[in-house]
Amino acid sequence: MLSENKKTLTNLTVPILSVVLGLVLGALIMLGFGYDPIAGYQSMINGALGSPFYIGETLRYASPLIIIGLGFSIANSAGFFNIGLSGQALMGWLVSVWVAISFPDVSGLILLPVSVIAGVLAGAIWAGIAGVLRAYFGTSEVIITIMLNYTALHVTNYLIRNVLTESSDATARIPEQASLRMDWLSQLAGGSRVNAGLFIAIVVTILVWIFMTKTTMGYEIRSVGMNPFASQYAGMNAKKNIILSMFISGGLAGLGGVLEGMGTFNNIFVQAGIPNIGFDGMAVALLGLSHPLGIVFSGLLFAMLKIGGASMPLGSGVPTEVVDIVIASIIFFVGANYLIRFFINKFSGKKDVKGGVK
Amino acid sequence: MENRNIKRLLGLGLTTGLVLAACGNGGDSENTETTSEEAGSGEDFSIVMVTDIGGVDDGSFNQSAWEGMQAWGEENDKEVNQGYAYIQSNEDSEFVPNINQALNADFDLIYGIGYKLQPAMEEVANANPDQKFVIIDDVIEADNVASVLFKDHEAAFLAGVAAATTTETNHVGFVGGQKSAVIDRFEAGFLAGVYAVDPTITVDVQYAESFGDAAKGKQLAAAMYSNGADIIYHASGDTGNGVFTEARDRMNANPDQNLWVIGVDRDQTDEGVYDGGNLTLTSTLKGVGQVVQDMSNAAIDGTFAGGEVSNFGLAEDGVDLTEGNLSEEAWAAVEDYRQQIIDGTIVVPEDPAEVVAE
Repeated sequence: MLSENKKTLTNLTVPILSVVLGLVLGALIMLGFGYDPIAGYQSMINGALGSPFYIGETLRYASPLIIIGLGFSIANSAGFFNIGLSGQALMGWLVSVWVAISFPDVSGLILLPVSVIAGVLAGAIWAGIAGVLRAYFGTSEVIITIMLNYTALHVTNYLIRNVLTESSDATARIPEQASLRMDWLSQLAGGSRVNAGLFIAIVVTILVWIFMTKTTMGYEIRSVGMNPFASQYAGMNAKKNIILSMFISGGLAGLGGVLEGMGTFNNIFVQAGIPNIGFDGMAVALLGLSHPLGIVFSGLLFAMLKIGGASMPLGSGVPTEVVDIVIASIIFFVGANYLIRFFINKFSGKKDVKGGVK
Repeated sequence: MENRNIKRLLGLGLTTGLVLAACGNGGDSENTETTSEEAGSGEDFSIVMVTDIGGVDDGSFNQSAWEGMQAWGEENDKEVNQGYAYIQSNEDSEFVPNINQALNADFDLIYGIGYKLQPAMEEVANANPDQKFVIIDDVIEADNVASVLFKDHEAAFLAGVAAATTTETNHVGFVGGQKSAVIDRFEAGFLAGVYAVDPTITVDVQYAESFGDAAKGKQLAAAMYSNGADIIYHASGDTGNGVFTEARDRMNANPDQNLWVIGVDRDQTDEGVYDGGNLTLTSTLKGVGQVVQDMSNAAIDGTFAGGEVSNFGLAEDGVDLTEGNLSEEAWAAVEDYRQQIIDGTIVVPEDPAEVVAE
């Protein structure tokens, strides 16, 4: 298994190089616009890790990203591109908050888990629609999930305006006992909104890792992704695995939304557009090479970029728009890692194939 | 291998996003290009504003506040990002982090521009009783927060009068940002003003459900003009720029017609320039900039109105209507109604439900 080891090494080099090249390009862009990249990155790091408050906010932002990234990776292992994570997260967010504000007098011991589970199910069902259509009618899950993003957005906005409130922008806060916020944790983190979602993210990461590597179901999902025909020939039910993988993927996206609703914001408000968190989660999964541990690290990196980036305008005078371009260029290299892989293969590959080709 | 293609696809998508982001925000970066210059501030009093959705170049609400800050900065020899600064909010979820940013950067006075910041600011203000805040367009009951309201309905009433006396098709339109108590005041005032002059005029009322969606604004304006409306009053921040675009396009295509837009919150004459003249009929003014200057100076003098609610109307010069391109006859009508409102002969309703065409 020598080549396997080498592959792992390349696999690790690619994301690290992506990030480094992204940071370099970001620095060049800042230079190009006439800003000091060192001061810029300094204030970014300060703004992400400089105080307990910022560390808390970074962890708070990373938690749903990691969970949603894991959700993407499961569908991806089965060979599906779940681009509807945002919509699924929004449904999870909506339903969990809805359940929580509907029963203000129920004890937290019951209300909290019920709301969380309701949110997870909402996300799962939303993704399940695409899974069922794919399994039985062969429709493209990419198109269906993209469209379901818009459906989720407008359904949510309609419900907030007309059902949950009387034409207001935002719902009431969920009852205290249903919140995922923990006073000691917030206080530890200088009053930031970091919440129990952090621990949920850690537990979910371990569970997903066990599920994908140690269980039959996880094995089947991976196997369908690698070769659906061979898997079917081997007696696996392809349809079941398609639906199952989308269901779990959506459930995790829904859970990401639940963390936003019951942890970060404690309510839901009218969204001007499809929430970014789903797309960021997708990028997190790709940067993390769909490996649970990789996703944890890339989720943390994304959160540092996003939370730290917000401090750059005040800290170093780099305007918001340039910060967005810098972050986008880092993500760009993540997306374009094929390019990096190509060059690595070209340079290292030469030695390997020398004997074989010539 | 499908995996790899997908990653390339994603890369492409991200690049497109990057390019679009770069194009879309080009204007903003120019504005802030000078901000990196360092300079010491004489006194160490500093102020910061957190924007409503949209940047400080929205030509409307946020910009009026920012212009007030710039004027204050000039008056007090402050430099941007030293003595005064803005933090831009692009989505609702950014309000709390942005206010916390302002807090952590040790500004002496933090402005929340717009009712949408109320819940976020209330949370932060209660947690930080020593920090001074000002909220525009909403009320926070706390000793460290000064609340500033405007009688937008009074100015909107005058806009309605202006529209009703100018329309040739007996048909006018109103484009709102998001349905809310504040925009309700605009709608109610406008309707009441139109009906006060002529109850037979048809008024189309549409909401974009966003303050930052110029495309939606353009779409709504297109529908209204096509249906026969010839004047549109918008109360929708950045969204209103789409209304102006649509009107300009139509006037450029066919200069013989008479289409008008009524601007909001600051004199929007500049937005109405087209090949054959200017189509901004008039603008309602809202003294956000003046309030920002006054409140900042009061805070320096130690007379900060913490815990108080101010309400500025026509009588207090807090709101007004520009003469713009109004005919003498229309302006005379506006002057007449203005006096009646100031005298209290006319009480302008704040809720659209109270307005009926008699």
